[in-house]
Amino acid sequence: MSPISVTPPPTNEGRSGDEGAPSMAKPSHTKSIMTAAFIIVLLWLSAERTDATLTQLVTGAPEMGKLLVEMFPPDWSYLTTIWAPMMETVQMAVLGTSIGALLAIPIALLASGNVTRSKWLYIPARLLLNLVRTVPDLLFAAIFVAIFGLGAVAGVAALILFSFGLISKLLYESIEAIDPGPLEAMTAVGANKLQWIRFGVIPQVTAQFISYLLYTFEVNVRAAGVLGLVGAGGIGLLLTRVLDQLRYDRACMIILLTLVIVLVIDYISYRVQEKLL
Amino acid sequence: MIEFRRVSKLYSNGTVGLQEVDVTIHSGEFVVIVGLSGAGKSTLLRSINRLHEITAGDIVVDGKSITHARGEELRHMRRGIGMIFQSFNLVKRSSVIRNVLSGRVGYHSTIRTLLGLFPKEDVQLALNALARVNIQEKAYIRADQLSGGQQQRVSIARALAQEAKIILADEPVASLDPLTTRQVMDDLRRINQELGITMVVNLHDIDLARQYATRIIGLRAGEIVFDGPVGEATEERFTHIYGRSLREEAASIGGEAL
Amino acid sequence: MKNNPLIRRPWLHIRWWLVAVVIVSLYVWSFTGIEFSGIRENAGTVTVAILQGMISPDWDYVYLAEGEDLLRGMIDTLAIALLGTFISAFLCIPFAFWASTNMNRWKWSSGVGKFILSFIRTFPEIVMAIMFIKAVGPGAYAGILALGLHSIGMLGKLYAEAIEKIDRGPAEALLACGANRLQVLWYGVIPQVLPEFMSYTLYRFEINVRSATILGIIGAGGIGTPLIFALDSRNWSRVGIILLGIIITVSVVDIISNYVRRKIV
Repeated sequence: MSPISVTPPPTNEGRSGDEGAPSMAKPSHTKSIMTAAFIIVLLWLSAERTDATLTQLVTGAPEMGKLLVEMFPPDWSYLTTIWAPMMETVQMAVLGTSIGALLAIPIALLASGNVTRSKWLYIPARLLLNLVRTVPDLLFAAIFVAIFGLGAVAGVAALILFSFGLISKLLYESIEAIDPGPLEAMTAVGANKLQWIRFGVIPQVTAQFISYLLYTFEVNVRAAGVLGLVGAGGIGLLLTRVLDQLRYDRACMIILLTLVIVLVIDYISYRVQEKLL
Repeated sequence: MIEFRRVSKLYSNGTVGLQEVDVTIHSGEFVVIVGLSGAGKSTLLRSINRLHEITAGDIVVDGKSITHARGEELRHMRRGIGMIFQSFNLVKRSSVIRNVLSGRVGYHSTIRTLLGLFPKEDVQLALNALARVNIQEKAYIRADQLSGGQQQRVSIARALAQEAKIILADEPVASLDPLTTRQVMDDLRRINQELGITMVVNLHDIDLARQYATRIIGLRAGEIVFDGPVGEATEERFTHIYGRSLREEAASIGGEAL
Repeated sequence: MKNNPLIRRPWLHIRWWLVAVVIVSLYVWSFTGIEFSGIRENAGTVTVAILQGMISPDWDYVYLAEGEDLLRGMIDTLAIALLGTFISAFLCIPFAFWASTNMNRWKWSSGVGKFILSFIRTFPEIVMAIMFIKAVGPGAYAGILALGLHSIGMLGKLYAEAIEKIDRGPAEALLACGANRLQVLWYGVIPQVLPEFMSYTLYRFEINVRSATILGIIGAGGIGTPLIFALDSRNWSRVGIILLGIIITVSVVDIISNYVRRKIV
């Protein structure tokens, strides 16, 4: 037995209350008070700026309720009219998502520090994909309507850029997280860069890529539903029309159909992912 | 004083929780309730402050029936009964003192407590309670930065700040190591002796029970099968009652808890 | 394909072919459904013009003495996002408690709450904005209400998930201390979920800033209105400066919000 073993096990259960004296002092609340004051001032300035008063907020609340009540019951007969534009919306989402995803692959590879290695390549690539992500889909649509004219093509173009931003971000994060082992193995067998990516990187992220693709598709179906508001095709055109006519029951029907389509896609993608993983 | 008058508890699935329990716990006693797991120790303890409802009988605390108390009356009775839990039940993200002060909420109006405006005396009371369990210096630290034993002492301080006449402790040391177990049990004994607060403690460890209790109550399948001073609670007697050594049981439960 | 070459499994081939046929027909269907003929001939020149607008933006538009400039448009946008987020951060709390399984005695009750939240989520904010314009007139206020209502759907869901993760112990301890329901909520539940609530609210604020930039397209305030005017009047250098303004503002908000969120949790 070494003499060390007789010492009592170390414990932080100090029974004497004298060593932690500094923490006896009550911590000051200055920081939290400053933060709260800062937020209140921001909110107050915002309310001033937008002429939104509290009374307005209170009186606005019943308006929210009234509109929701007017949506029911939905106009079921409107289904026959909206079916074709709804399908166009899905078609736009299919094309936008697929093309956007294809474009996202090279950028995601470029942006991954463990694939690209060179700061001069991956930092600009990350900058690009972060910049694309700052612009909302409807804004892209408005710009593409100016470029291509009214119609679904502008919508598809907007969805391409939007999907590109979303998928490239998600994909690059998963590429950065892959297991470095297979990469080393590929280097060891003397693969060139493309072979290295094809056999080291791609097999590790394929399943995630497909799940991001399906997720983005679902987001895009929802998004494509409103692109028509700026003239970029799909069901949104009808949505603007019925809202202008104050036909909230029809608007509700459009939204319900979108919901059903999204749920169906959700279910299919859930089954597909089950098969893949 | 806590009086159980023919108290029974039948769970909705038909399990018997308590069976015709008739017992009186006097002020200032240090009662330890022992029994195998599932014997109804926790049910018995939690029926005293009605965290569990009973299905028959009556429980009278200091001359008032808690079974029939409603709303504010019940809350006022509860604030006179402190409780200590196996898993400490502290808000880990709040400071120690805030956890202790939360024991005072039953004494003040809702508005006042929601604004966090505790009177100076309450803060002093909370600090004194922390001092009594030797962790006053941790008052303004977040609870999750303390060790298990320290957290349990914070929850004892919470019960003290409550100015409770009775403290219920449901397996207070089951999540602690042997050394801190001793410290926490010592704290409970000191509080019992110095402040005269009635202690009702559930333990699965019969040795610990013999060491700290003034009276031991044994439960089996919801029935009281032993009730007497420590001297009578011999190993042979318990082995006879339970058909096996409680010590083995304690070892297995202790193993699960850790 | 991971077929073992020693055991041919023809049905596996057939399945892959089926999948391929389904995918190909999906794309054929999609391509034939879109009208490509309507593209303007001058699409190329317009694109070049917009890019040139971004390279040589209309710097004068950043600040105009008489108002209606980029700076004020962006401030409006941020104000709309801030107020909308603020409203929803409070309105969603009752829904969150309603939808969380551990705060309800009955399972169906939380199911109803969850359904209401996902129903709110399916209404895009821009559609809500159109409806509020009908109700309260065009302007920033309609935008605030739209964001405030729409964000309830997502924030309520995230808050509910935070509530479902809490430890029930402290609430039980409070109950044993003689606390009433409100006191149990305030001392036993809220401190456990507050950091998550704040983090989710900031995250939603990032999203709402992006949304607020487009609300102006239908007249619900913010930078979107001058942007759509500039696009309609083919004032490309102005389009350029507004796009730059949006990109910079959103990036800065993202960076700050990410930093604060990391500090909270």
